[in-house]
Amino acid sequence: MKSSNLNAIFSFYNCHMSRLLILLSLLLPLTAQAALDIEIVGGAAQQIPIAIVPFTQSSNPADNPTVIISADLRRSGLFRLLETGGVSPLPKEVADVKYPDWAALQAQALVIGKVEPTAGGRLKVSFRLLDVLKQGQLAALEYDITPSQLRQTSHKIADIIYQKLTGEAGVFSTRITYVIKQGNRQSLMIADADGYNPQPVLAGTEPIISPAWSPDGTKLAYVSFEKKKPVIYVQSLTSGQRVVLANYKGNNSAPAWSPDGKKLAIVLSLSGNTQIYTINADGTGLQPLTHGLTIDTEPQWSPDGKWIYFTSDRGGSPQIYRMSPAGGNVQRVTFEGSYNVSPRLSPDNKLIAFVRRGDNGKFQIATQEVASGQVQVLSDTARDESPSFAPNGRLIIYATHINNKGVLSVVSADGKVKQRFSEVGDVREPAWSPATN
Amino acid sequence: MNKKFAISIIMTMFLAACASKPIEEPKAPATDNSPPATVPTPAAPATDSSNSSSTMAADASTAPKGELSPLKDPNNILSSRSVYFDYDKDEVKSEYRALVEAHAKYLVAHPNAKLVLQGNADDRGSREYNLALGQRRSVAVRKVMNVLGASDTQIETISYGKEKPRCSEQTDDCRAKNRRVDIVYDGE
Repeated sequence: MKSSNLNAIFSFYNCHMSRLLILLSLLLPLTAQAALDIEIVGGAAQQIPIAIVPFTQSSNPADNPTVIISADLRRSGLFRLLETGGVSPLPKEVADVKYPDWAALQAQALVIGKVEPTAGGRLKVSFRLLDVLKQGQLAALEYDITPSQLRQTSHKIADIIYQKLTGEAGVFSTRITYVIKQGNRQSLMIADADGYNPQPVLAGTEPIISPAWSPDGTKLAYVSFEKKKPVIYVQSLTSGQRVVLANYKGNNSAPAWSPDGKKLAIVLSLSGNTQIYTINADGTGLQPLTHGLTIDTEPQWSPDGKWIYFTSDRGGSPQIYRMSPAGGNVQRVTFEGSYNVSPRLSPDNKLIAFVRRGDNGKFQIATQEVASGQVQVLSDTARDESPSFAPNGRLIIYATHINNKGVLSVVSADGKVKQRFSEVGDVREPAWSPATN
Repeated sequence: MNKKFAISIIMTMFLAACASKPIEEPKAPATDNSPPATVPTPAAPATDSSNSSSTMAADASTAPKGELSPLKDPNNILSSRSVYFDYDKDEVKSEYRALVEAHAKYLVAHPNAKLVLQGNADDRGSREYNLALGQRRSVAVRKVMNVLGASDTQIETISYGKEKPRCSEQTDDCRAKNRRVDIVYDGE
């Protein structure tokens, strides 16, 4: 892959002021092809002030850990990155750190690190995360890697910093899948969570929809229309091999994995009507779950395995329901409004993200608390689709349209931080990968 | 380096093989029965009874061999292949009855003929729910055909949902063109 420069523009504003505060543009030399630029809109009210001292490195590798870690933390909306230029000399070792210097900058945390070449062309990457107020160490790790792993390692370091300072897991090392339409060509892609390293999984001239990660992150189920009708495939991301999961008469769509990865809920129109079935991951054992004359679709297992949420118009308008994974015990879940579809459960089973049509006619991403039924609209766009939770439950990625072009957006589950990805072409059908180890 | 980046692109060649013409476009150019300006207001009757001109369609099966196939003859109603629907509706409107009946009679007269009814929806809302709405429309057309004796073994109902728009502007006229069922015979 040829080296390319990305002009990444990060713009963000304080949500209270609703004004553009900072606009900085970074020119990053990258080996990884970057097709998705990210724009950040909004931020948490209380951001953690952190100073990242530029990593000491003898060479000038294409992937710069300081830049990658800073971008990750900034994008989360939870951190305020402090200028380190005013401190001189900058500390290279923990023994050199003068805490009062950093306390004067109002830094709560400080990161120092280095990248050193080792035998066989490998690299040793080490970093320390320091608590400025307590003047102590929060984390210190060392990685022995190949130069091509520097980007990924930087994301891991950002995950550790995020986890130590916020108490929840970071998602900088995770990936996203999405479909991009360029001309009459559609490609199913996988990219890093920051949009870098986009890799095609499948490409062709027919539509691809509804990609779903297996719980272990090694496979994608998706619907391709390459046989001139919707057929469900499961593709291994390690070998690239794929199998037809379901190609029954009529439509085969909306695959959703069970939490243990052994089964999928799928949607067939075998009877003419659109109904939900389960099938073993090897394509055997088809079982109908719903039997009706109305539409039942978009099944989604709750992560605890207790329910299958789905969309049905059995009550006259499309609403979200849930049922036992064996079928039966159907309960209606959404009651506000005349159009609530595409349910997705948060990893802790407490929140449902979905698409609602408001009184204003806009299709917007919203969440509903499972326990209280309380609804919160998260987006300010009008043609939103396909919400998907990050594995830490804090962020939701979804597809929307800006200027009649499909783009991906990310919103925090509390609605406070928004990021927008743009790419050349129409982008849709995002799904966030499970956590990686 | 990372096991997970070993993602292959194998399918490209595969798909190139199926990259033929979009099948919902009938070869016969003519008979564009795309909904005229009447469509956005559901109550408005189709004033240009474009379909009525082809009442001989029912006899299409008798077309002599060697001549233009009745399915492709632009003067034959059988060359009309799209049935349009109102927003959020799956009722086959009266102006499309003659068209659907002509195809049903063709199936009855040609027991070996098979067709696929491809349902479509406009772009509002979820892709999967729209797939189901398109399916409901293709089933609605099939039921009309069944009444006239066409066998289910000759008809497959599928849906493209909102994935195959004929028009991509954000206007009511444009959306009306996307709420349709296309009739496609095997081998076309």
